[in-house]
This record gives sequence, C-alpha cells and structure tokens, in this order.
Amino acid sequence: MILVTRDPLDPEAITAEVRSEACGGVVTFLGTTRNETDGRRVVSLEYEAYEGMAEKILERVAQEVRERWGVDRLAIAHRLGRLELGEVSLVVAVASPHRAEAFAACQYVVGRLKQDVPIWKKEVFEDGEVWVGAETSRHPSTVV
Amino acid sequence: MEVRLRVFAMLRERLGASNVSLALPEGSTVSDLLKAVERRYPRLLKGVSPLLIAVNAEYVEGSFPLSDRDEVALVPPVSGGVGR
Repeated sequence: MILVTRDPLDPEAITAEVRSEACGGVVTFLGTTRNETDGRRVVSLEYEAYEGMAEKILERVAQEVRERWGVDRLAIAHRLGRLELGEVSLVVAVASPHRAEAFAACQYVVGRLKQDVPIWKKEVFEDGEVWVGAETSRHPSTVV
Repeated sequence: MEVRLRVFAMLRERLGASNVSLALPEGSTVSDLLKAVERRYPRLLKGVSPLLIAVNAEYVEGSFPLSDRDEVALVPPVSGGVGR
C-alpha cells in the first residue's frame, strides 16, 4: 500500500493492512514532528510532494524491497501539508515471516526517502523557516 | 514548442508560482531548457544542488529530447520522511 495524503495517518490501520498469519514479524516505523533541530525550536513542519510522481517512485521502492528481501507485505504512507509537533508524518509498516527481513526492509525504505522520492520538508522555527536539504549544509544522501 | 515547467519547495517560493509555461525551439533537450530557465530566471537555481529533472514524472538526463506539451519538473534536493 502506497499513500501520499493530506489527511492524518492512522498507524494502527496501516499496520493492520500488512499483517498476515504467514508473517511472524511486523515492524512499524513512525516519523513524527520533532520539537528542535540543531538547538533551534521547531514550531511546525510542512511537507510538499510532486503528487503522482511521489507515489510512482514509492511503488518502485516497494518493488526494490520485494526483489531484495522477498517481502511483499509493505505499506508506505506519507503525510503532506502543515503538521504540528508530535504529529505522524511517515508510517512504514513491513510484515515478513521472520523479523530480520522486516527490520532491514523498513530501515531501507526510510533511508530511500532521502534519495529521489520527490517530497520536501520545510521546518518552521520561531524565527524563520528552512527547506531541509536545499537550504542547509546537510546533504540529503548522507541523512538517514 | 511549449513545455509546462513545474517547480517545488524552495524553487516554488523563489519563483512565486508552482508552474509556468516556457517556449523552446524545436529539438530542445533538457540541458537547453535549463539554459533557457537560467536566462529567464537568473537567480532561481542558484545554490540548488543536486537538481534532478523529471519529464512527465520520470527522471531523465540532460540529453533527453523534449516534445511539445511535456511536463518538466525541476526537483530540488528531496527531504521526505524523517531527519537523522
């Protein structure tokens, strides 16, 4: 399941989608809005996507996971728009017969989001705002 | 020919619009388009690296030949998901 949406994400429901009796290991990763970056207080976050293409690249990521770990019970859900502190921006849920594949696949997907999936994050601080990756020294490919 | 240029995130804010149309000579490639963008908006792409280009929602190289009514997206460094 691939989902890029402005609506709040429901991690329980997304995890339920991937579970099956054949899978003994289920890993769910949640990305949530953190209250500071490098000591600066974050007020809110804003996510923007090239809608249509983002889903297409995420489908490709899911295909990579299938080929590499044989895991096909995978959900990737990304929220767009303005998020308040503590809200869930990302849910990656993976189920596999054994735990190792589920952990590895989940880690891979979260890292893969920093490569070429056209989604952008803006951090809004008390005293300014920054598009992460484009306006900071942190190179996206070095961040997981 | 005329292509539709789409921009996102910081590029959208710099341009003050999410898309514009751009007239190009027949036979133009993605590299030609980038030169035309730099002529028309000299400050738009400053410091944006790496910049990826997608034509009709598929990443392409600079040598890619454009066609009339293509949708060309300028993709600044992505930052979906979570931080470090």
